[in-house]
Amino acid sequence: MLLSLEPRGRQSRLMLWCSPVLAAVLTLVCGSLLFIALGHDPLKTLHTLLIAPVSDLYGVSELLVKTLPILLCALGLAVAYQARIWNIGAEGQLLLGALAGSALAVNIIDLQSRWALVLILLTGTFAGAAWAGLTAWLRTRFNANEILTSIMLNYIALNLLLFCVHGPLKDPAGFNFPESAMFSDASRLPLLMEDGRAHIGVYFALLALVAVWVLLQKSFVGFQIKVLGLDKRAAGFVGFREKRLIWLALLISGGLAGLAGVCEVTGPIGQLVPQVSPGYGYAAITVAFLGRLNPIGILFSSLLMALLYIGGESAQMTLNLPQAITQLFQGMMLFFLLACDVLILYRPRLNLRWVRRTSTTAVTAGAL
Amino acid sequence: MPNPTSTPQLQLRQISKRYPGCLANDAIDLSIGRGEIHALLGENGAGKSTLMKIIYGVTQADSGEMLWQGQPVIMRNPAQARQLGIGMVFQHFSLFETLSVAQNIALAMGAAAGSPKQLEAKIREVSRRYGMALEPQRLVHSLSIGERQRVEIVRCLMQDIRLLILDEPTSVLTPQEADELFITLRRLAAEGCSILFISHKLGEVRALCHSATVLRGGRVAGHCVPADCTDRQLAQLMVGDAATLIGDFTKVTGGAAFLQVNGLNWHNPDPFGCSLSDIDLQVRSGEIVGIAGVAGNGQDELLALLSGEQTLHRDTAKTIRFREHAVADQRPDARRKLGLAFVPAERLGHGAVPDMSLADNALLTAFQQGLVSHGLIERGKVEALAQTIIQRFGVKTPDTQTAARSLSGGNLQKFILGREILQQPKLLIAAHPTWGVDVGAAATIHRALIALRDAGAAILVISEDLDELFQISDRLGALCGGRLSALQDTAQTRLSDVGGWMAGQFDTPQSQPATV
Repeated sequence: MLLSLEPRGRQSRLMLWCSPVLAAVLTLVCGSLLFIALGHDPLKTLHTLLIAPVSDLYGVSELLVKTLPILLCALGLAVAYQARIWNIGAEGQLLLGALAGSALAVNIIDLQSRWALVLILLTGTFAGAAWAGLTAWLRTRFNANEILTSIMLNYIALNLLLFCVHGPLKDPAGFNFPESAMFSDASRLPLLMEDGRAHIGVYFALLALVAVWVLLQKSFVGFQIKVLGLDKRAAGFVGFREKRLIWLALLISGGLAGLAGVCEVTGPIGQLVPQVSPGYGYAAITVAFLGRLNPIGILFSSLLMALLYIGGESAQMTLNLPQAITQLFQGMMLFFLLACDVLILYRPRLNLRWVRRTSTTAVTAGAL
Repeated sequence: MPNPTSTPQLQLRQISKRYPGCLANDAIDLSIGRGEIHALLGENGAGKSTLMKIIYGVTQADSGEMLWQGQPVIMRNPAQARQLGIGMVFQHFSLFETLSVAQNIALAMGAAAGSPKQLEAKIREVSRRYGMALEPQRLVHSLSIGERQRVEIVRCLMQDIRLLILDEPTSVLTPQEADELFITLRRLAAEGCSILFISHKLGEVRALCHSATVLRGGRVAGHCVPADCTDRQLAQLMVGDAATLIGDFTKVTGGAAFLQVNGLNWHNPDPFGCSLSDIDLQVRSGEIVGIAGVAGNGQDELLALLSGEQTLHRDTAKTIRFREHAVADQRPDARRKLGLAFVPAERLGHGAVPDMSLADNALLTAFQQGLVSHGLIERGKVEALAQTIIQRFGVKTPDTQTAARSLSGGNLQKFILGREILQQPKLLIAAHPTWGVDVGAAATIHRALIALRDAGAAILVISEDLDELFQISDRLGALCGGRLSALQDTAQTRLSDVGGWMAGQFDTPQSQPATV
């Protein structure tokens, strides 16, 4: 018996949407097996991991707090990835947004106007965009690969943040802890509800969601971005400005990541600390692909990813499971998604007898 | 001449091959005698390539039988085919451009090549015997396309060859080069080598081949002796219905010049590319100008400069003008605003985005026609435009949401041409408009071009197909080595004139003073 894959000839619309669901199911099955191997009851563990964290209002508000930065970063990445600009630098752009916003916040700590918050948010957003702009400049000026430059800029951003939090931005009255002073109330994002830490940054995320959706699905600029991503020669043939589009995609991407960062420091954290992000910018890459680079899909996948973050923490606390569980689930998720995506273009077929097959069959079928 | 009584060199019985969604070969019978030049005729998509690949062992048939010199044989791979004495020259050459002729041949022969000295002597001997001048030391990138084809053929002849398969060999040659190739092939056949000659050009098949098998839709439509058939009969076999195919268009003289190119020079930064020198060209409103030439003689470069994909510096903006507007420094969208429409040679990946729907592909070039308001796409209008194109130009597709990639070449070309024509261009530039398109679609495309011409548009067609150029163009010229011959009225031009131009036999025309 032999399982073989046959080209479908065209994309299967059904599998396009079923593949993430299938990937989720496979992840749950493999996760359960893993828990059994570790000597835990799989159903109970999955409950602790995925359901218990959101069973009350406080849990839901925590979910929103975690979803926000992932969603904002992933929406920005979706714009860049539609243009086939592989921005891996959301993490660095997020950190720089947090850093720049904090730098302003501690300097206007006495300003009691609401405009303080607006200024800080704008500063963070522009800083994130500027950090992505470096990648754009290197790409359009020197044709430097944006994957490499954006990853390297992540480390520069992280070390810049560590330097500032240990040096110029350290709270003079903070007993030498590497932390900035707490921001004034005027510089903090108002809470969404009495209970929990959810703040009005959620509205920014919803606004960004709608804006990115309009950009990608309805606007002509979005169309140009997609053409550039799918077929560079066709974009050149009609005169779409490649460099301009690269700049635009990266600036949007960086700006949203920067906004995510500044929302973290002005929202749940309230000051600049070394651990602003537990890797939101990297998780957002998985989220963007899991959501098929579609804003609506990304909304759901970022909720799922946030749930894994919270569930991982509570599994660690109540079941003594290692925190690596979160990363393991993220990894399995992406792995199974990529594997299931094969089914979009290929149809599995079970052959009951051995048939000699060569790879040329697929090649010539494609050429036909 | 072939001897029909002896055992055939190669015999196919009931060969079938199915690919998902299509039956590429359906019970094909074919027999080639010793020393016979056998033509395999058919339109694109008729199953010629698949059959050839089965014979050469690139792919395997699902059912059917292959007999080699009377013995059943299962062809597993090309190496086995070569061992039996089957050689094949593909349409797209597989040569390393940075290596010499001898090195390329040695690579293909492996251990059988012997020492470089022996090999060179043998290459010289073989190329002399068959009348194909070839210098073993030369680097392949410095060879013309015709010479590269010789390398491919000589490579096949180095071994003891019994059957030579040629896939559309003349599509890259000038008429004179093709005649030389035919002399070689006849000599080979006289020595007993069988030749399978794949083509859709009826004239050369009649001139060269002893017998022919015609494929249509994966089946054998008929066997015949080409010399005894008229073009019309052969076309009838290939297409089924030849009534609408042959069109004679009246030749006209255009009005005022729309496109004016004066003293266009362009240095190609690609060392293997072609640079342009002193191109002078005028296309008048209401005429079709045809430019012939073997691929790689500056067509792509000239097209990029005319379409705006390659822009020039502002100082030289006047070398290309649309009426009084200097455009050589303008981008494609700016040129489109002045009335340009462009149909590139490559349909998928250049003229259309393969993974986008037909509606999106309509928007691709027509976005300046009121399809975008306040930065947002007007979906309804785009949809309507795509519908109109599909209806007016007879594009066969389930709906406007079908991806461009899933259309056949002819259908997609009709769609692209329709998209450009519906924008009512003042100048249409079309590259190889009917390349790889079936005969029926080609006729539709030609009629559409003539209708556009009669509506007063200036049209420039760049093509390798001389029959096409003679049929539709009012004035003709040819590109060779980045230079353009003077244009001449088609009615006063003979095929051999164009052949000479394609080989570079023309005086560089004097730059004429610009007439605005």
